[in-house]
This record gives sequence, structure tokens and C-alpha cells, in this order.
Amino acid sequence: MGERRIKGHMGVGPKASGIALVARDNFSARYDLDRLQGVFSRPTHALHGQSYVDMVLVLHTAKGGVATSWMLREMKSRGMSPAALLLNIGNPIMAQGAAFAELAFMDRFEVDITEAIRSGDHVTVDPGAGLVIVD
Amino acid sequence: MRLDDTEEAMRAGRMGAARRAAIEQQIQVGMTFDAEDFVQVSQVHLMADTESLGESGVEYLEAIAALPGEERRVRVPTITDPRGIDLCAYRKLKQAERFAELERRAIAALRALGILMTDTCINYQTILPPVHGEHLAFGDTGSTIYANSVCGARSNFEGGPAALAAALTGRVPRYGCHLDGGRRGTHLFEVKERPGSLSDWGALGALIGRSAGSYWTVPVVAGIDGTPTSDELKHFGAALASYGSVPLFHMLGVTPEAPDLASVFDHQPPEPQIIGRADLDGFYAAFGRHEDRVDVVVFAAPQLSIVEMQEVARLLEGQQVHRQTALLIATSPENKSACDRLGLTETIESSGAMLLKGVCFYQMYARELGEANGWQRLVSNSAKLVNIVSGYGYRPVLATTEACIEAAVNGRM
Repeated sequence: MGERRIKGHMGVGPKASGIALVARDNFSARYDLDRLQGVFSRPTHALHGQSYVDMVLVLHTAKGGVATSWMLREMKSRGMSPAALLLNIGNPIMAQGAAFAELAFMDRFEVDITEAIRSGDHVTVDPGAGLVIVD
Repeated sequence: MRLDDTEEAMRAGRMGAARRAAIEQQIQVGMTFDAEDFVQVSQVHLMADTESLGESGVEYLEAIAALPGEERRVRVPTITDPRGIDLCAYRKLKQAERFAELERRAIAALRALGILMTDTCINYQTILPPVHGEHLAFGDTGSTIYANSVCGARSNFEGGPAALAAALTGRVPRYGCHLDGGRRGTHLFEVKERPGSLSDWGALGALIGRSAGSYWTVPVVAGIDGTPTSDELKHFGAALASYGSVPLFHMLGVTPEAPDLASVFDHQPPEPQIIGRADLDGFYAAFGRHEDRVDVVVFAAPQLSIVEMQEVARLLEGQQVHRQTALLIATSPENKSACDRLGLTETIESSGAMLLKGVCFYQMYARELGEANGWQRLVSNSAKLVNIVSGYGYRPVLATTEACIEAAVNGRM
């Protein structure tokens, strides 16, 4: 399959690329992650046990509390953050955290992003252009 | 985004590097959510627990704290959410000295910015209750949803760095809950039986939060017979925000923007989703019970009001916490002082329970806390807490306040 381009709302953070990790589940760094080990730790999460480090995380919506906004930068400072975060529906916390961490974040796509991208796809995220490219 | 003269001065760096960085961050977020301009805020509530901050976050605060006074001081009254460490209790809780040291550094930096260390998530009950129409930058989901819904104030979720930016600039991007259009009802729920206990109210919030599903939905709740108390709405809102990432609800006949259905929906209201007693019972049942042994019972998330503290003390009077079980109760520093004065601390602590001030359980390095003390089987009356802690390695169970105390005394359910 050739290159696919998916439009979304303009996001925050720098351009980034990596391998996609996708699930039709939600996201909170506090609720779902073991940030020391770099894996999803919430037993009921669809990605339980999987590493998110350097991956382009593709999930449905933001959930839970406010801690993610500090935690994205904290994870990045230790080299334990995702490469980018794509959500169908974001919230202020994800955008604030991505802006603070200088991490690529986008949401509100023209399609359901959890169906348009598969785990293992190579993805380039350009938040300034509101564009995701699947190679 | 349109910027006024002060905002342009901040962006140009004429008011210092920290304010320039802050407003640049805010502009990025504002553009992401199509904000047209900024709105000034009258107070900021800052979440900055050290588990979330980490070393890098504390260094960031220290860098601002090292700036000249006119560049580092906050522009509006700014108060703090619970801390990660109770410096009077951490050794007894087997929390590492390195966490306490990080906490001391964070406190010193935050004070240097002129921030009031209130260390509470129930600021709307204990510090400065929000006012209808007041624009705020609140940084705890529970405090934000209470301020928006119960008080009729206006705030988005402002996570730690965003709340700090708001404190430095005195404003936030105007989108979401700051706009009339962001406060209109989107979903309707009809409650068939009034929740009876605080954990029932939390369960109701959790069920509606799961169903609502995103930050941009505004649930409208009908059918509540009799005005809820502040503590009931506190547990309801905290759970709703936790399970649904929802910053605002309306409750017909209760909250100020919802005297009736026509006031909260732009068009014909949607078909209501019905929630009854069986739904609440099903929610409890999904957590199971710890019939063999309970490691820790927690009252927190949100911190307890003085009325909740009195109730816990009444239930504990003359009882002893089981030797294999810990009972932790978290409240604000102001309420702790009141408990000392009113004799509640003595009643609670003579049972063997620990009364913690200025912290909340899930913000206290919950994973390391559980590992150090051998805690997995947790019981709480907080639907919010039981939602959060499973990711930290706990097996949580939701129970009423009375059942929590019984579990602490008997060491099992």
C-alpha cells in the first residue's frame, strides 16, 4: 500500500515519526502507565503489558486526571516517552502536556484514527500542518 | 489569537523569560482549541505533586525560582493541590528519603514564586469558594468540575504546567468551559433512585462519566430528589471527572445553570439514559470483595471535609484498626488543624489510623508506597480512587464509609 495522508486539527509540538501502537482504548499517563518500566500497567487496558517508549501512540480519547501534563515531560527527560500521541478526541491536559514537553500531539481527524492506523505502521506526525502520513 | 498589549509584552519577553515561555505555551494550546483570545483569571489552583513533576519538573520550577523577583512572582493568587509527601508521616509510611528531599525542593521553589501552599483538592470547601461567572485556572479535575458545575464558575482543566503558566500570565486561552457554548448540555441522564451514600454518589458519577466519554460532553442529570450536600456533589463530580474526563455537569433544580431542561439544552433534549439502583449495585459488584484480608483502607480522593472527618471519627470511636490492616485518612492542612482543635484527631489516631495532611493517596508515589508496605488489597469509599489505583498495582474495592471502617477493624470484608 502506498503513502496515506490523514488530516486532523492542527496540534502542538514538533514533527515526529515512529512505529504506531494502536488500540480502541483511552489514555491517561497516571491511570494507565508504569512510567518507570515504560509499559501499560493498568490490567484492563487494551495495551496492558506493552511498551509505549518511542512509539506513536494511537488511542481513542483522553481520560482521567491532570497529571499527564507534567508526566509527558518527565518521561521525555528520561528517554521513556512515546514519540507522539494521536487521539480521536483529546482534552486540554494532553495538549498542555505536549506543549510543555515539546511532544507531538494531534486529535480530531477526518477519520477514526484508531481504525485508519494499525499497530506496526510507520507514521510521521506533523502537528503544525495537522497532518499524519502513514508510509 | 488576538493579544492585548500586556500579552504582546509578555510574548516579546519584556516581562521576563518565564512569562514569555508561559504565554507561548498558552498560545499553542489556545490555537489547538481555536481560542480567539485570552481571558483573565482571578485565582489559580496548581497541581504539582512531585511524583508527577519528577526531577525534571522540580528543576523547571527551580529555574523559575532563581529568576529576579519581578520575573518569577505569580500575577494572581495561586494555591496548591495535594503534595506527594506528608513530611510529618513519610517515615512511618516507609517512603524513601529521596522523595522527601524532592518534595522539600519543590516546596522551596513554589514558595519563591509567591504560591500559597494550601495543599488541598477541596479548596472550594476550605480556601476560597469560586463565584458564579468567575473565570479560573483550576488544576485538579475534582476542583474544576465542582467550580464549574456547583458554583457556576468557569475553568478548563489546567494541568500543572498550564496552571503555572496561568499563574505567571494571569490569564488562560478562552475556549471550552469559558464560553457559553461550551457549557450547554449534550447528554441527559435520569436517576431513578437518589444515591444513599458518598460511595453511591461516586458510583453514579462513574457510570455517567463512562457513558459521557469525553471532555467535550456536558451531562445533564435529572431526577435527583432532594438537594445533595457539598460532600455528595464532591464525590459525584470527582468520579465523573475521573471516569469521563468531564469538566462540567448540570443537575436539574440543583446547579445554578440548570433550573430546568430548557435552560441547558439548545434544542430538544436527547432521550435520557436511565440509571437505577441495579446499575449502582452492578458497579460495586465489578470490584468484588476482599473477604480474606484487607491490606489498606483509604479515605481520600477527594480529601475529606470536616464533616466527613467527624463521621469517620464517630465510626472509629472505641475501635481498634486490625493489626494487619492500615487505615489512612487524608485531609487538607486547614482541616487537620481543625481536627486537632476539635478533638477528632485524637479519636482517629487512638484507633491506630493515620491522619495525613496536605496529601492524597494516589499522588503519594502509590506504587512505591504499596510495594514498601506490602499493600495490594485496598478498600475505599472513593470511586475516583478505585479507578486510579489499579494501574499502580492495587486490587481496589469500593465500599460505603461504614463498610470501610468495618474492613479496617476486622482486617477483611
